[in-house]
Amino acid sequence: MAIDKETVRRIAFLSRLRVEDDKIEAVENEFNKILNWVEQLKEVDTESVEPLISVNENHLILRKDEVTEGNQAEAVLANAPMKEYGYFAVPKVVE
Amino acid sequence: MADLTKLTISEARNGLKNKEFTTVELTEAYLKKMDECRKLNAFVCEAPEKALEQARASQEKYNHNSAGDLEGIPLGIKDLFCTKGMATTACSNILKGFVPPYESTVTSKLLEAGAVFLGKLNLDEFAMGGSNETSAFGPVVNPWSKDVPLVAGGSSGGSAAAVAADMCAAATGTDTGGSIRQPSAYCGVTGMKPTYGRCSRYGIIAFASSLDQAGPIAKDVRDCAIMLKTMAGYDAKDSTSARENVPDFESFLGQDIKGMKVGIPAEYRVDALDEEVAAYWRKASEMLKSRGAEIVDISLPHTKYALATYYIVAPAEASSNLARYDGLRYGNRVDGAHLDDMYINSRTAGFGREVKRRIMMGTYVLSAGYYDAYYLKAQKVRRLIRDDFVKAFEKCDLILTPTAPTAAFPIGDKSMQDNPILMWLNDIFTVAVSLAGLPAMSLPVGLSSQGLPLGMQLIGRAFDEASIFKAAAGLEQDIAFRGIK
Repeated sequence: MAIDKETVRRIAFLSRLRVEDDKIEAVENEFNKILNWVEQLKEVDTESVEPLISVNENHLILRKDEVTEGNQAEAVLANAPMKEYGYFAVPKVVE
Repeated sequence: MADLTKLTISEARNGLKNKEFTTVELTEAYLKKMDECRKLNAFVCEAPEKALEQARASQEKYNHNSAGDLEGIPLGIKDLFCTKGMATTACSNILKGFVPPYESTVTSKLLEAGAVFLGKLNLDEFAMGGSNETSAFGPVVNPWSKDVPLVAGGSSGGSAAAVAADMCAAATGTDTGGSIRQPSAYCGVTGMKPTYGRCSRYGIIAFASSLDQAGPIAKDVRDCAIMLKTMAGYDAKDSTSARENVPDFESFLGQDIKGMKVGIPAEYRVDALDEEVAAYWRKASEMLKSRGAEIVDISLPHTKYALATYYIVAPAEASSNLARYDGLRYGNRVDGAHLDDMYINSRTAGFGREVKRRIMMGTYVLSAGYYDAYYLKAQKVRRLIRDDFVKAFEKCDLILTPTAPTAAFPIGDKSMQDNPILMWLNDIFTVAVSLAGLPAMSLPVGLSSQGLPLGMQLIGRAFDEASIFKAAAGLEQDIAFRGIK
């Protein structure tokens, strides 16, 4: 499977990254090199193999639905680049 | 007074207990060494005042005979662990200025045991790299470098270099595809990636959550055991942390390995393997044999697919984990005309080249229409790789391999800069173990003809770090590796 310039632009947007127009071709080539290399996995017969999602065999356990470390709004907001009235501030999203 | 920075953790603890020196003297010796070795670029954040304050508090504990397991021991912390009130950046511009309001579980356990934190150590940006060259703070210089500056390996390059240069008694590392073991090999120190789940991942900046695991990098096998004992354990804040009992790893040192079966996997004799590394591999297996171990040939048939599998699974998880860097809640923000613009501007300015490459790769393999062909396929091959190990461990108790195919290479190697796949090939012996979630240790086995350290890797069954410690302690004694003169 090879990708084209349009795919590079689409993936960049999905990744919320900008690839400048003059870099698109380089990214396209690099991607295709990497994708060519991972193509080798096609040789492996995985017909009846279940995907391994985690090596961990823990069963998830339920905890009590209770507040453990609440009332820390100030700490949570401490690193925010922009905050107002005790909230994270975002650029205007409603016209 | 002899150079205190040469002491292992166990030696330093004895010295402190016997009042041969104080915790403040010990910390001061390391601070001086950090100053002398600043050109190695191992530390990205130094905390001398806090360290001395911790050291003074530790001395009180010794004076009152209430010292913890790591009381007064100066450590370096990989800058991927959140440390409360101490800047934590993952060596990325996107986290510049981030000061965590909480402490990671692993570092809080170390603090509870009395450890002194000297500062934060350099790494590849978000732990994505094998040479520490992707760090926003620039590469770490391998302390073994002679004329040409060599890489310290990665991603825990700062940790391995700092331990090798005696800038800290031991360090924390994290390992996703070899990030503890490979830099340990390049820098001639001992590093252990425990079984996936041994250490809590809470508060460790996430890269690939099904692979990330914390572990120690130290001057010797015993110090790895001491560190891991404190770092490991179940944590309710990490649902993937294991409920398994944490043994006293130090107690396995010196136990004999008669009758232990050590597997040599045929598939690890790859073309890229350096002849000298191969010779040390044979030598190490001879050493284990003369201690009574039985050497058996084993096969791990899917080894050659491990790298490609890893470079689908890890970027996929990374693209998802790194979606949180949105310029909103923490980290770098670059304004834009609207919300998407702000996201794009912030992320484009904040992430480096390798991180962007992996985010985009991961986004692609997870995107509609490609998920089955790449991501699901890789997860299936991952199971086959894991099953290879399960089968091999029916024939043996431990597996011995080199840690990396070569010694450390020069910083700025053009061929690797131009071709990421070449760089990724350095992980060839470590990634399969990570995909299988198994414990493995790298220990120095000797020097190359160029005078550079080479590492051997011991791989164990899940939660059987004990066998690794037994064999590693024996090997270490036989090898009698000496650090930098």
